[in-house]
Amino acid sequence: MTAVGTPAATPPPRRRQAGPLIPEGPVRASAHICQAAGCQSMGSDRLLEVLSDEVLGAGLRDVAVGRVGCLGLCSAGPLVAVPEQGRVFERVRPDDGASRQDLLSSLSGEAKGGRPLAGDSFFSPQVKVVLERSGTVDPERVDDYVASGGYTALAKAVSEMAPEEVVAEVVKSGLRGRGGAGYPTGLKWRTVAIQDSHAGKYVVCNADEGDPGAFMDRSVLESCPHQVLEGMAIAGYAVGASQGYVYVRAEYPLAVKRLSHAIREAGREGFLGREVAGTRFGFEVEVRIGAGAFVCGEETALIASVQGGRGTPRPRPPYPAASGLWGCPTLINNVETFANIPAVVAKGGEWLASMGTERSKGTKVFALAGAVANTGLIEVPMGVTLREIVFGIGGGLAPGRRFKAVQTGGPAGGCIPEDLLDMPVDYESLTQAGSMMGSGGMIVMDDTSCMVDVAKFFMDFCREESCGKCAPCRVGTQEMWRFLDRMTRGAGTRRDLEQLESLADMVRSTSLCGLGQGAPNSVFSTLRYFRDEYLAHIDDRVCPAGVCAMNAGGRSEAVPAGVGVAGVGSPK
Amino acid sequence: MAIATVQAAAGRSRPSAPSDDKRWRQVDVRMRRLGYRPDGLIEALHTAQEAFGYLDDEALTYVGESMGVAPSKAYGVATFYSHFMLKPQGEHTCVVCAGTACYINGAAGLLGAIEGKLGVEPGETTPDNKISVLKARCFGCCSMAPVVMVDGEVHGTITPPELVTLLEDL
Repeated sequence: MTAVGTPAATPPPRRRQAGPLIPEGPVRASAHICQAAGCQSMGSDRLLEVLSDEVLGAGLRDVAVGRVGCLGLCSAGPLVAVPEQGRVFERVRPDDGASRQDLLSSLSGEAKGGRPLAGDSFFSPQVKVVLERSGTVDPERVDDYVASGGYTALAKAVSEMAPEEVVAEVVKSGLRGRGGAGYPTGLKWRTVAIQDSHAGKYVVCNADEGDPGAFMDRSVLESCPHQVLEGMAIAGYAVGASQGYVYVRAEYPLAVKRLSHAIREAGREGFLGREVAGTRFGFEVEVRIGAGAFVCGEETALIASVQGGRGTPRPRPPYPAASGLWGCPTLINNVETFANIPAVVAKGGEWLASMGTERSKGTKVFALAGAVANTGLIEVPMGVTLREIVFGIGGGLAPGRRFKAVQTGGPAGGCIPEDLLDMPVDYESLTQAGSMMGSGGMIVMDDTSCMVDVAKFFMDFCREESCGKCAPCRVGTQEMWRFLDRMTRGAGTRRDLEQLESLADMVRSTSLCGLGQGAPNSVFSTLRYFRDEYLAHIDDRVCPAGVCAMNAGGRSEAVPAGVGVAGVGSPK
Repeated sequence: MAIATVQAAAGRSRPSAPSDDKRWRQVDVRMRRLGYRPDGLIEALHTAQEAFGYLDDEALTYVGESMGVAPSKAYGVATFYSHFMLKPQGEHTCVVCAGTACYINGAAGLLGAIEGKLGVEPGETTPDNKISVLKARCFGCCSMAPVVMVDGEVHGTITPPELVTLLEDL
């Protein structure tokens, strides 16, 4: 167990105030401590204080200790980078002095420890556009962002470019929506830009990252909130909106805190407000906090929620681009999409379009998790293969375990088997393989996962999160779950399987929004590649992975998905 | 439409706080900042829940009416979102992450251990009102799966016996 949060026996503080340690003279080496939620929950916030005291105590007057955003390799946190030496130090704990020795001797110049970034199988294959500043700038200091070239794209857009020129750059970049559906961003911007609206227009950033196993947006907001705000302000200028909203999940308190702080800083520095960068263009941003409803990631449901109501979707058209918040034209993009914008404007659309595949341009951030050695946040050019991600960057599986599938696209996505691992990662290939790009969650499964139980897990999620507005999704997800539940208890029949398939087809084609339309996908993709596992459950009453209890007499209701695994105690 | 809403908010008479409990002042400040507009309902409910720990009928009615929303609608919103609690919670809360990475890495075993130890399922509170057990969709700490959050503190890569010890020490 990773013990977390136990107070360390720290020496009495020698510094007058908490926060980064910045030497007065020139800096020879700096310790950049990751302060994203993952590392923080392993104690990296206390590490900042402990390490600063130790650096001062050792008389290292030319060493800085600073806060940075996510360094990526979350499974080895708390992480500390020393950029001057191109090295990263893993598992540096505030309550374990020995774990800091290697770092301290590197900072003092006595030795070179840690993990070199150059040539590293995890770090070096990555290409960073969205995460360019993640792990290099202090997320709570606008000066750091500006010093790294931040807000120059916004200044360039509002003072040197016409709104149409900005839209044209985005079109040229070939950027597609990073929230999952992959709609061309430039086209969406143009649709909003050409609308006539006396009552105004809105820009909304969708940070309701609901897919379980996905934490890209959380990390981006925690690591570099200004980059998202800059993208939103550029969007506001391009489409003619003066008000923006960021809709964030309540489960991400640190992201909300950093974002709110960044909005205040940007307002103070004139990057947001009535006169953005000293021009007549005005743009304000407000944060709206979600309250735990997966369906609110769907754009029309999100709009209902921002307006303070129940987050239920409505039929489209009209699309939000024509009629969104309070009936006004509204541009809704995902966090990662907005984070791409400053680079597109600063370096030109062609620069982004030079990366990736024919129809999927640029890079994609993935949250790599599950049964793989290196888990964390990665950014790769579109078109790399799944094998490179799982076995290269991810470092493969634990010794003795066999790869079974990689799940992408969240609850609406699917499972991709081993023989498709050499497929390039782009929107079209993933859809063809029966999954989808989704927001970027990527979960690796080994031979200890049962694919019928996996389908049941996702169906349980969908039936609980169905908003109940349309019958196919409300009733269909429940009934599909019931079929799957019967199979995992060893009570399924061939007839159940037939009905499951036809019901899945019906729910997909008749549901109102993406939640219902995507819910059957876990069934389709597991049936497509792992039908033999279904048949083993039905014909032989055997769970090949040994996950399902197969006790046909068990209850059919009120058994949470996954609670069928060995070791479950009986209720009192 | 937005303008009409503001005017309606300005002309409406607002109810006074249900009691002189000081926590209402915190809620009032937040509602004033939100301009008593209906679109701020969720934000105002967040603040009320932070102040009181949960939302009872009184709080729902008061916040709803102050923001220009009928009690039925305020109730509809509060029950729609899983974050809002309509019942008081136990002294301690134990939230088990039920995200995909935690599922793959054995969250079911944790839920089983809790049920075996405390005899409660997610969404329930122990009869002595000591521990509330909840299930979360995903904390976004997938690299540390399986994860539980006990009284706001995240515990990663935790095993069922370790969780039981942790709960015993509460």
